[in-house]
Amino acid sequence: MPALIEVQKITKAFRLSAKQKRIEHTQQTLRVAVDGLSFAVESGEIFGLLGPNGAGKTTTLRILSTLIKPDSGDALVDGKSIIREPEAVRARIGFLTSELKLEEFFTPDYLFDFFASLHRLDPGTASRRKAALFERFGIDEFSGTKVANLSSGMKQKASLAISIAHDPNIVIFDEPTNGLDVITAKTVTDYLEELCAAGKTVILSTHIFSLVEKLCHRVGIIIDGRLVASGGVAEVSDGLSLEDRFFELYVKHSAEAPR
Amino acid sequence: MRRRNGLSTVVRKELRRFFTDRRMVFTTVFLPAVMIFVIYSLIGSVMANINSVSPDYQAKAYVVGLPAELAPLAQAAGLRLQPVDAGQIDAIKAQIADKTSDLLVVFPDGFSAEVAAGLAAAGQPAAGQAADGLGTPQVEVYFNSTRTESTQQYGLMTGLLDSYKNSLAPLFTVNSAAGGGYDLASQEDTSGMVLSALVPLLVLIFLFTGTIGVTPESIAGEKERGTIATILVTPLARWQLALGKVVSLSCITLLSGLSSFVGVMLSLPRILGSASGSLNVAAYSLGDFALLLGVILSTVLVLVGLVALLSALARTVREASTYATPLMLVIMLIGVLGMFSQGASGSPAVYLIPVFNSIQSMIGIFSFTVSPLLVIQTIGVNIVVAGLCVLALTRMFGSERIIFSH
Ligand SMILES: Nc1ncnc2c1ncn2[C@@H]1O[C@H](COP(=O)(O)OP(=O)(O)OP(=O)(O)O)[C@@H](O)[C@H]1O
Ligand SMILES: [Mg+2]
Repeated sequence: MPALIEVQKITKAFRLSAKQKRIEHTQQTLRVAVDGLSFAVESGEIFGLLGPNGAGKTTTLRILSTLIKPDSGDALVDGKSIIREPEAVRARIGFLTSELKLEEFFTPDYLFDFFASLHRLDPGTASRRKAALFERFGIDEFSGTKVANLSSGMKQKASLAISIAHDPNIVIFDEPTNGLDVITAKTVTDYLEELCAAGKTVILSTHIFSLVEKLCHRVGIIIDGRLVASGGVAEVSDGLSLEDRFFELYVKHSAEAPR
Repeated sequence: MRRRNGLSTVVRKELRRFFTDRRMVFTTVFLPAVMIFVIYSLIGSVMANINSVSPDYQAKAYVVGLPAELAPLAQAAGLRLQPVDAGQIDAIKAQIADKTSDLLVVFPDGFSAEVAAGLAAAGQPAAGQAADGLGTPQVEVYFNSTRTESTQQYGLMTGLLDSYKNSLAPLFTVNSAAGGGYDLASQEDTSGMVLSALVPLLVLIFLFTGTIGVTPESIAGEKERGTIATILVTPLARWQLALGKVVSLSCITLLSGLSSFVGVMLSLPRILGSASGSLNVAAYSLGDFALLLGVILSTVLVLVGLVALLSALARTVREASTYATPLMLVIMLIGVLGMFSQGASGSPAVYLIPVFNSIQSMIGIFSFTVSPLLVIQTIGVNIVVAGLCVLALTRMFGSERIIFSH
C-alpha cells in the first residue's frame, strides 16, 4: 500500500523583497526555502517535521496544503496531486497554524457554519459536529461571543475546532503549541493523540524536541530546506537523546553551523 | 437550510459582516446622505444669502429734489426715499462707499420743467440741443455694487426711471408682457443642463468613495489579519472567492452610492435656488432610468474590481488606501473632463475607455442626447473589465507572493 502522504522532491525558492534583504543583511535575490525534499507519512501515524527557525517547515506544510505551489516536485495526499487536484487535496485535509486567523468580527458559532458550508457539509452533520467539537474544547459557552473578545487560548481552540469541521482524515498542524500556555497546549496535544487513536493521520512541525518525543511516531529532521534524517523517533535518535542527535546533524549539515 | 454553494456562502458572509456592523452601516449608508444634505444645504443658504435681501430689510436710500410726480411711483415700487439737501451729497456718497448707506438719487434742479420742454421739442428734428444730449437733464444714481442691498435698490430705482421714461415717450419696450414667458428653453433642456453638468461627476465621486470605504478593508484587511488564508485552505475555488468579494462589495458600494444620491437629490433644490423649479426629473423616461441603472451598476463593478486588485497587492489596509489615491486622482480627472466636455461624444471609440464611457453615457442620458447602443456598449465594456479584474484577483489569490507577502 502506498503511503498516505508522499512528498516527492519538492523545491521552493522565494524571491527576496528589498525590505527582506535589508533586514537579513543579504545580497542574495533568491532564498531556497525547500530544497528537493522527499518524505512519506503513513496512514494513522503522527509525523513530526523537526527543524530550526527558517528550515523550511512552514513552507513545506503550506505546499502540502496547496497554499503555495512548489517550483518543482509534487506531493500526493491520499492519492491526489497537490498541483493537479488542489481542491480535492483541500477537501481531505485540515490545516492549522497560529498564523491562520479567524475573523474577529464573527462568533465561533457563525464561523463554524461558514467553514462547514465551504467544506460542503450538510447542515445536519455540521450542527452535530459543532456541538461535539465545541463541547470537547469547552468553547460552547463562548460560541456566541465575538472572536475579538475571546482569550488567545480560546481563539486557538476555536480555530482548531473550525479547521476540522469537515472531519478530515489528515490534519496538518504548523507549530501546534506555539504561543499557547501549558494548559491550552496540553488540550491541543491530547486532542492530536485522540485524533490518531481515531485513525486519523497527523503531520506537524515543531522545533521542540520533547513534543516530538512525546507525540510523534516518526520524525523527519529538516535543515536548510533539506531532509537530513527520517524514520522512527528511536531510530533517528540512534542511541542519543533526540536533542543531542539533532545538534550532531546540525553541525554536519547546516551551512551556518559553527565548525 | 439547504446546502449552499461556495459563491453564495462568501457573498452572504461579506454582507453579514457589513450589515451587522452598526458603525460600518452608519458610516457608509447613512452618513453620506446626511453629510451631503447638510453641506449642500449650508452652501445653498450661503449662496441664497449672497443673492437675496431679507424682506424685512430697511434700506437707507436718499433723494435730492424728488419730483412730485415720481413720489407715488417710488412708493409703489417699494422704494422708501428719504429727502435730503444737496449739501449732504458728499457725506452720503461716503456712506455708500462704506456700505453704511445703500442709495443716493440726485435729480437736477428743474427736472420736471426740462423734461416737459424736451418732450415738446421732440417732434422737431432741428431741436439740436436735445438730440446731442447736452441739454438733457441728468439723474444721478449712486450705489455700491459690492453690497447686495445697494444693488437691489439700484435695480429698483433704474427700473422705475426707465418705466417713467417709457411712459412719457414710448418708442419701444422690451419683454414687458405681464406673464413673462420669454425664456423658451424647454423644461427638459434645463433639467438636462443642470443634471448633465453636475450629476455624472457627483455619482462617480460617491461611488468611488463608497468603494474605498469597504474594499480595502475586506481584501487587504483580511490579508493583513491572516484570515484570508484560512478560507483558502478550504475546497472553495479561488474564482468563487474573488467573484464573491467583488459582487458583495459592489452591492455595499451601490447602497453607499444610493445614499449619496439621495442626499444630492434632497439638497439640489436648495443649492439651485429658483432654478430648482425647472429641475424636472419626470422629464426622463423609464428607458433612460434603465440605461442609467445599467451604467451605474457596471461602473460600480469596475471601480470595485480595480480597487480590489490594488487592495490585493497591498499588505495592509493603509497601504491599500495609499495605492488607491492615484487611482482616485485619475478617476476624478476623467470625471472632470466629462463634466467640461460639450455634451456626449458620438464616437464609439470613446466608449471603450472604462469610467470615461460611464461619464459620457450619463451625460448623454441626462442631456437627452443618448444613443442607447453606445450605452449598452459601455455596460458591456465595463462588465468585461470587471470580469478581467475578477480573473486577475483569482490568480492573485492563488499566488503566495500576494497572500504571504513578506
Ligand atoms: N513568502 C516568502 N517570501 C520570501 N521568503 C520567504 C517566504 N516564506 C518563507 N521565506 C523564507 O524561507 C525560509 C524558510 O521559511 P519557513 O517559514 O518555511 O521556515 P520555518 O522552518 O517554518 O521557520 P520557523 O521556525 O521560523 O517558523 C526562511 O528563510 C524565510 O525567510
Ligand atoms: Mg514556521
